[in-house]
Amino acid sequence: MGDYRVHVTIENKPGISDPEGKTILNDLVLKGTHQSVSKINTAKMLKFTITENSKESAKSKVKEICDELRIYNSMVSVVTIDAFDA
Amino acid sequence: MNVGVIVFPGSNCDRDMFHVLSDVFHMTPQYCWHDKPLPENLDAVVLPGGFSYGDRLRAGVIAAHSPIIQDVKKIAEKGIPILGVCNGFQILVESGLLPGVLLKNDSLNFMCEWTNLTVENNKTPFTNKFELNEKIPIPIANGDGRYFVDDETLKQLERKNQIVFKYDQVVNGSSNQIAGVCNEDGNVVGMMPHPERAAEPEINPHDNKPSSLIFESLLKKIGANN
Repeated sequence: MGDYRVHVTIENKPGISDPEGKTILNDLVLKGTHQSVSKINTAKMLKFTITENSKESAKSKVKEICDELRIYNSMVSVVTIDAFDA
Repeated sequence: MNVGVIVFPGSNCDRDMFHVLSDVFHMTPQYCWHDKPLPENLDAVVLPGGFSYGDRLRAGVIAAHSPIIQDVKKIAEKGIPILGVCNGFQILVESGLLPGVLLKNDSLNFMCEWTNLTVENNKTPFTNKFELNEKIPIPIANGDGRYFVDDETLKQLERKNQIVFKYDQVVNGSSNQIAGVCNEDGNVVGMMPHPERAAEPEINPHDNKPSSLIFESLLKKIGANN
């Protein structure tokens, strides 16, 4: 058993408007000198620390928790889960 | 008529709702704390507005896991009328009792203003005294009021007559201007605007009668059942 850090990134599915991301892009970044940026999506990240047998089991346990407790709403959001050694 | 007003940590419209139910419409409301079982003698249940758990994670999602919600699901199956207002709507959606999700308003602002609704379904326990397309001047007060459903679910809602209220113009970016929906059976209704803030002439500068009909519809429904 070991400790792992698991990062859960929750963001809107493609096609669902993200007004905060658009505002950051249009009213901040593109108003400056950074014209090469074409898109900004905002997201929420939850950082778990969890004790599990392996990085993979840490990842799957966190996914299970997210699904069971509706940590994200699957109608509008997608999650990306990344695991790291603590 | 016994009406349960469910109180979560962070509810803040519970007393307004209690006042309107008891003092204006002469029902017998009672507060129901979120971690206690729901009383058994209820004719209807209201989930009032507020900021349960400070909207942490997502508006309504933590309250949706409260013990009392299991009881609410059971009585929903029995056909007992259930109304969720604002945060109550968000909780009903997050508990799976109603379809869809409430996202941040397009403007990203907290919106506190008068809107006009149209009644799209007058068969529910909360709209049976309305004419179809009747207008309701009513206030909203929310940051996460943009109702969203995917295209497939939207078609289903339309086909099954589950859209109860729409805004008469673009307000916050909601799918098809939806302001309120019901479940397939029609007994569970959720709406973002606040009827308890519009049902008395003292606090409604426009017309309090349409909002009153939401509560009078419930009286008619329960009276019919008894």
